[in-house]
Amino acid sequence: MAFELESAAHPENLKRVVIEPVTRVEGHGKVTLLLDEDNRVHQARFHIVEFRGFEKFIQGRPYWEVPVLVQRLCGICPVSHHLAASKAMDMIVGARLTPTAEKLRRLMHFGQILQSHALHFYYLASPDLLFGFDSDVARRNIVGVAAAYPEIARQGVALRRYGQEVIRITAGKRVHGTGSIPGGVNKNLSMEERDTLLKEIDDMIAWSQGAVELVKKVYGGRPDFHNGFGYFRSSFMSLVREDGALDLYHGGLRARDEHGQTIFDHVDYTHYWDYIHEEVKPWSYMKFPFIRSKGREEGWYRVGPLARVNNCDLIPTPLAEAERKAFKAFGGGSALHATLAYHWARMIEMLHCVEGIKELLHDPDLLGDDLVTQGQRGFRGVGVIEAPRGTLIHHYRVDEDDLIVRANLIVSTTHNNQAMNEAVRQVALQYLDGQNLTEGLLNYIEVAIRAFDPCLSCATHALGQMPLEVELQDAAGQVVDRLARNGGGETAR
Amino acid sequence: MTAPLLVFAYGNPSRGDDALGPELLRRLEALAPPGTEFLTDFQLQVDHAVDLQGRRRVLFIDASVAAPPPFAFARLRAEKDASYTSHAMSPGAVLHAYRELYGVAPPPAYLLAVRGDHYELGAPLSALASAHLEAAFELAQKLCVAPGEEWERQLTRAEPVQR
Repeated sequence: MAFELESAAHPENLKRVVIEPVTRVEGHGKVTLLLDEDNRVHQARFHIVEFRGFEKFIQGRPYWEVPVLVQRLCGICPVSHHLAASKAMDMIVGARLTPTAEKLRRLMHFGQILQSHALHFYYLASPDLLFGFDSDVARRNIVGVAAAYPEIARQGVALRRYGQEVIRITAGKRVHGTGSIPGGVNKNLSMEERDTLLKEIDDMIAWSQGAVELVKKVYGGRPDFHNGFGYFRSSFMSLVREDGALDLYHGGLRARDEHGQTIFDHVDYTHYWDYIHEEVKPWSYMKFPFIRSKGREEGWYRVGPLARVNNCDLIPTPLAEAERKAFKAFGGGSALHATLAYHWARMIEMLHCVEGIKELLHDPDLLGDDLVTQGQRGFRGVGVIEAPRGTLIHHYRVDEDDLIVRANLIVSTTHNNQAMNEAVRQVALQYLDGQNLTEGLLNYIEVAIRAFDPCLSCATHALGQMPLEVELQDAAGQVVDRLARNGGGETAR
Repeated sequence: MTAPLLVFAYGNPSRGDDALGPELLRRLEALAPPGTEFLTDFQLQVDHAVDLQGRRRVLFIDASVAAPPPFAFARLRAEKDASYTSHAMSPGAVLHAYRELYGVAPPPAYLLAVRGDHYELGAPLSALASAHLEAAFELAQKLCVAPGEEWERQLTRAEPVQR
């Protein structure tokens, strides 16, 4: 269906419904729908109306500042930007990382994915999954989960906190650390720090296994509903290791189409532009990337946990690999395309992260003191990493005075732009078409968006529920219906 | 072993007088009072309930536009408010989250709200806020080594002020 509902043939004759999350700093998304007299949907768009401009801010800054500066892009995954920029700057200083430096960065990255996935699942998504999409809005939040399911909430808070501790120890601070630098890292792990993290790791593994079981139980309880909610098929793109394994820190790019056929594989990401093109559309500040060989209409794709778990041939830790096999078996051996399967894949990845952390903590290289290297100076750097929400590309040019002269960033949300639009269109057709507006309806759309990207919920400074305002206007622009939900969860017409 | 006293200051050090909490914490930490752990963050969140575990007492420090100058010092109550849906929870909401998460009452907790007036991004502490900081530092030093009864004697109001 991809583009059928993107632009209505005669918008002038249609009513316009705007779903506008109130937002402040990190992002601002809104949904617009065009309906006819019978409330049938003719157009549905998901817009990011925030103007980012970060690439401009960076120009003129010295390259060694960039890994710290870019963390201000995101309050949820600053470490991913920190590491993607560091990888790009490794190329600028001509570094080939020491084992200690690479493993410390991998540990930091596991901590980042762990804390972000825990935040997403327990704080943002679990209220919907545990209570129902249209359940009482007053309890659809983390405190509601704590009241009804205290053990689940405790584990969620503890998992996130553990991930933050891994970040604090490796990066220096829980938020906006400085551990990774061009050519390596600026500190190793002390034995005391290692032992502190090891004390709790078995609990983290057990609780992550519990999280996978919880998703499977919820998903399996109503498989038709969860499979069908906002369902569509697409291509997937992610990094994979040389042997095809899941690798969140480094690898080659792999893309497969909706039938599982390979589009490209083990592609050197330093030439990503040969494979991916970014299209601009006038109604959104966010670009629409597509795979060049498939073209604009067919080349859009999804990234993130669902893409990664579908795309990889194995997960290199035993418990997560067993869960990947179960996930694949649920899909009959093929890729799962359901929007809500993102949550399941996300928890499999969280399990992989804690297993990976344990493995690394037993690696003596982490205690080494060979932290930084450099080689032949370069002028172009590309760093790609699998951030919590998907493939993250940082691309810079640096001049002879060490200043940034050009920067291009493609973040996960941008890769998923068309896919999020598609999910909104599917949900609009499934649940809105011909219906009156309700608060529960708003949350159905929110649930679909949230499956991709928790930053859009975060951007509104609301955990688990976006403050929303919906207006129904007639063709002359007169408001005929209005529904608003504030940050406290109260709804008024 | 968990330190019996937690001093938790929050605020954005890059935003003018919002740096009052972190700055006061930095000065207290330099005194290294025994049995005290110092933590700081930009804002309070549900996760911070974990930091309250095993404490005998907790002192939150924040900048406030509503506190009577130079500061207000009050006992906190666990209470559910709308802040739990946001990035910036109130300390009372963190105490409430603690109770929900662990099923027991949180440790006694107090808020030292230091009056600040200017919160521009990139601005330094204002002169007035610096004076308030000195007064608050004097009290906070005493609290770090004082028994619980003394904390109660030092209260300046019955209810904590809002930010």
